[in-house]
Amino acid sequence: MNPTLLLAIPLLPLVAAIVAGLGGRLIGRGGAHTVTCLAVGASCVLSVMVLKQMWWDGAPTYDGPVYTWLVSDSMHMQVGFLIDRLTALMITVVTFVSLCVHVYTIGYMADDPGYTRFFSYISLFTFSMLMLVMANNFMQLFFGWEAVGLVSYLLIGFWYTRPSAIFANLKAFIVNRVGDFGFVLGIAGIAYYTYSLDYRDAFAAAPHIALAAVPLTATTSVNALALICICLFVGAMGKSAQVPLHVWLPDSMEGPTPISALIHAATMVTAGIFMVARMSPLFEYSDSALSVVMVVGALTAFFMGLLGVVNNDIKRVIAYSTLSQLGYMTVALGVSAYGAAIFHLMTHAFFKALLFLAAGSVIIALHHEQDMRRMGGLARYMPITTVTCWIGALALIGTPFFSGFYSKDAIIEAVGESHRRGAGFAYLCVLLGVFVTALYTFRLLFLTFHGPERFRAAAPHSEADDHEGAHQDGHDDHGGHGGDPQESPWVVTVPLIALAIPSVLIGAFTVAPVLFGSYFGHSIFVLPANDVTARVGEDFGGALSFALHGLLKPPFWFAAAGVATAWLFFLKRPELADRAARRFRLAYRILCEKYYFDWFNEKILAALTRGIGVGLWKGGDQGVIDGAMVNGTAEGIGWFGGVLRRVQSGYLYSYAFWMVIGLAALLGWYLTHP
Amino acid sequence: MITLGQLLTLSGIVFSLAVAGIFLNRKNVILLLMCVELLLLAANFNFIAFSRYLNDINGQVFVFFILTVAAAESAIGLAILVVLFRERRSINVEDLNTLKG
Amino acid sequence: MLIQVLFHLFAAILVLAALGVITARNPVYSALALVMCFVTSAAIWLLIEAEFLAVVLVLVYVGAVMVLFLFVVMMLDINLTELRRGFTRFAWLGWLTALAVIVEIAGVVWARSGLGLDAHRGVAPVPAGYSNTLALGSVLYTRYAYPFELAAVLLLVAIVAAISLTMRRRTGYKQQDISRQVAVRREDRVRLVKMDAEKRP
Repeated sequence: MNPTLLLAIPLLPLVAAIVAGLGGRLIGRGGAHTVTCLAVGASCVLSVMVLKQMWWDGAPTYDGPVYTWLVSDSMHMQVGFLIDRLTALMITVVTFVSLCVHVYTIGYMADDPGYTRFFSYISLFTFSMLMLVMANNFMQLFFGWEAVGLVSYLLIGFWYTRPSAIFANLKAFIVNRVGDFGFVLGIAGIAYYTYSLDYRDAFAAAPHIALAAVPLTATTSVNALALICICLFVGAMGKSAQVPLHVWLPDSMEGPTPISALIHAATMVTAGIFMVARMSPLFEYSDSALSVVMVVGALTAFFMGLLGVVNNDIKRVIAYSTLSQLGYMTVALGVSAYGAAIFHLMTHAFFKALLFLAAGSVIIALHHEQDMRRMGGLARYMPITTVTCWIGALALIGTPFFSGFYSKDAIIEAVGESHRRGAGFAYLCVLLGVFVTALYTFRLLFLTFHGPERFRAAAPHSEADDHEGAHQDGHDDHGGHGGDPQESPWVVTVPLIALAIPSVLIGAFTVAPVLFGSYFGHSIFVLPANDVTARVGEDFGGALSFALHGLLKPPFWFAAAGVATAWLFFLKRPELADRAARRFRLAYRILCEKYYFDWFNEKILAALTRGIGVGLWKGGDQGVIDGAMVNGTAEGIGWFGGVLRRVQSGYLYSYAFWMVIGLAALLGWYLTHP
Repeated sequence: MITLGQLLTLSGIVFSLAVAGIFLNRKNVILLLMCVELLLLAANFNFIAFSRYLNDINGQVFVFFILTVAAAESAIGLAILVVLFRERRSINVEDLNTLKG
Repeated sequence: MLIQVLFHLFAAILVLAALGVITARNPVYSALALVMCFVTSAAIWLLIEAEFLAVVLVLVYVGAVMVLFLFVVMMLDINLTELRRGFTRFAWLGWLTALAVIVEIAGVVWARSGLGLDAHRGVAPVPAGYSNTLALGSVLYTRYAYPFELAAVLLLVAIVAAISLTMRRRTGYKQQDISRQVAVRREDRVRLVKMDAEKRP
């Protein structure tokens, strides 16, 4: 494989980002979107070429440095690429999704004043994500990791005049810093044990590190590899929004809709999943770390899904759905079914993007109304959106034959097969999660597209004004207040249809090679004892029979029960939902407050931290360091000097006095100390 | 017969009086110079006493030199005094505080 | 015995005169008391057979230095009341220091024998026909020849310094400046003018 070609894949978007970002005024709006779309399109084509070479031509894995940045002792910090089948799949997904965003944005952001800036950001995002995915060493991985975090920050706060956007992007940034701290510690652990930052050395050394122990106290110690893996996973928790570092993701919906959909649902948040899959040779040797991964994922999958049931903001419901699905991927990682995780990542990218864009379509049609309580009955006005959204929803809940079924069912089966500690709990969570997923997904569907029409009474609402202020009234052509909602224009529906097709089909087509075949080859490492995917695959007899079997398995029944419940509570007899909310007021309140995570973070953690900070600032810095030490020293010396200055009276006689007194004193000392 | 102790004690008394004189007459430059002369006299006393006690003529050579230096010192000191008086119409040491930092 | 009596007499006069030097109200009295100190000191030095220095002390100090002192004291119009003010302000410090110095010296001389001194021993006797002046001179002009010459230079410098400090410059005073005379160039003095010869009328 040609390294120059590989280098071109991430660098083209970078160049485009620089051109659009710095030269935006020179080349204008058309120039900005042309140059970025062309660059990302070119890298997408190159990525597909790489995928083709890897998959069909059987090209060997490419692993080599491109540029050595810094050599310190034996530590090489370099830009290098590791291109295997996992990477090839990821770069294809990333560039393809990014290309979609670019094209979609031409229409979506047409009237936004930050048009060229937006294109610069998303190109920069593409570059960062590609650097992350293609890295062959931890240094570059971390660079990409931080760079996507930065661009995510910039994009969430894209409408920087909105206080809520600024709050959300700060929150995302800070929560990600917490995760990154663990990530850096994990990388430091690798560097400590291997004296190298290359994946190759780290993977080779994994069995040895697994034997080392890190003493915590005099008598207790933890396994070094488990510690490193958990640290790395903390980073993944931040980036992939796992409990308890998930709090930023729902708020990130403050960004422009396509961005929050496609970056914060389809690509960037999967970086954590990808990273753990990439590190499979490390995680495989630490059962305890994988147990942690699994339990965290299971918690996220179930409990974040529950939040989607009570939320009324259509975008946030989908955001919680993303959290829940990321939880599924994490569970899959935790039971060593890395392939299943990546597979779910891929299918999820399609149907979640579809759902988000459908939600965006609804939001546009209702003139920036996001509250599902003011929707309903839209199926009559927006047939294409309704159908595509149904397809996305069916894929999401894992209806057999849809793409989501293959990946999700594989994960659930893999969890069922696993005997790792906590697997029983995780299995329970993912099964109940299926029910919850179906419940909130169909609640969304029923509340939005079916039932009574509630949007007409909702003419004056503050949030729309809020949005328009930032949007500069970008979407006035999509229908006015009071009129019937209209189907969205083709720039929106075409991507919906384009995404609906893979949402249905891609699972069935790719499940055999990707999940149970040998697609990943050596790029994912699984110890034979942990290989649950293979056990699941033992009775795999093709995509069709797999789906037919799925009809008889518990996940399907759970999903069906969820759909039925949603139908009963939100379509047939909506008063039941209110009654349930009143009956289980405490539980309802906890869910509405999102388990008090935000409350805890803001009122306890942040307040405590701020208190400590203020204490250290006032007491430690201003009081002790500035006051006592710096100014205190100066004042002390000044005071002493002031005292001594009196001695320097300028009068000759006083100098003479002191000389004589000193002489007498010296003589006295000499006499008494022979 | 005059003992060493007697001579040293005498010179010590003279020295102490000269020191006290510096403190007492701290304003008067002329008297300060005179007290310095007394100090040197006391020192000379010691030199001569030890020279005689040890029967070593070198001590007296030192006295000779000290007398020379003292003469030069008082000549220059008085010259400075004259210039000072010409400039300030005063020899009060308290007026000479331009050394003050 | 006589020598002891004389010593104590002179010593008493010396101490009293020194007291007078530091306490007299008038600087003239102080100077005269200082003269007294020098004279009695010279007497004591004679008693311990250091004749040359005793003579030098009288000649140089009493004859020259103290005359200079008196000269200056009388020449300057000194405001004595101003100078006397605050006389006792630091007196306690002065007496305290003096006392400390006395105690210390007494400690060295009388109490401590570690220095190898025998305070009760007298001065060394001199042999018959001993000339203090000869002895001093024979050392001064041989071993101390260079320091002696240095001392002479020092005195010269002192003379030059004293004169240059006190000499007043007068305006309109004509003098030769040798260095300027030497450094002069032709262009400063002579100007060559080229011109046509004039016809005789």
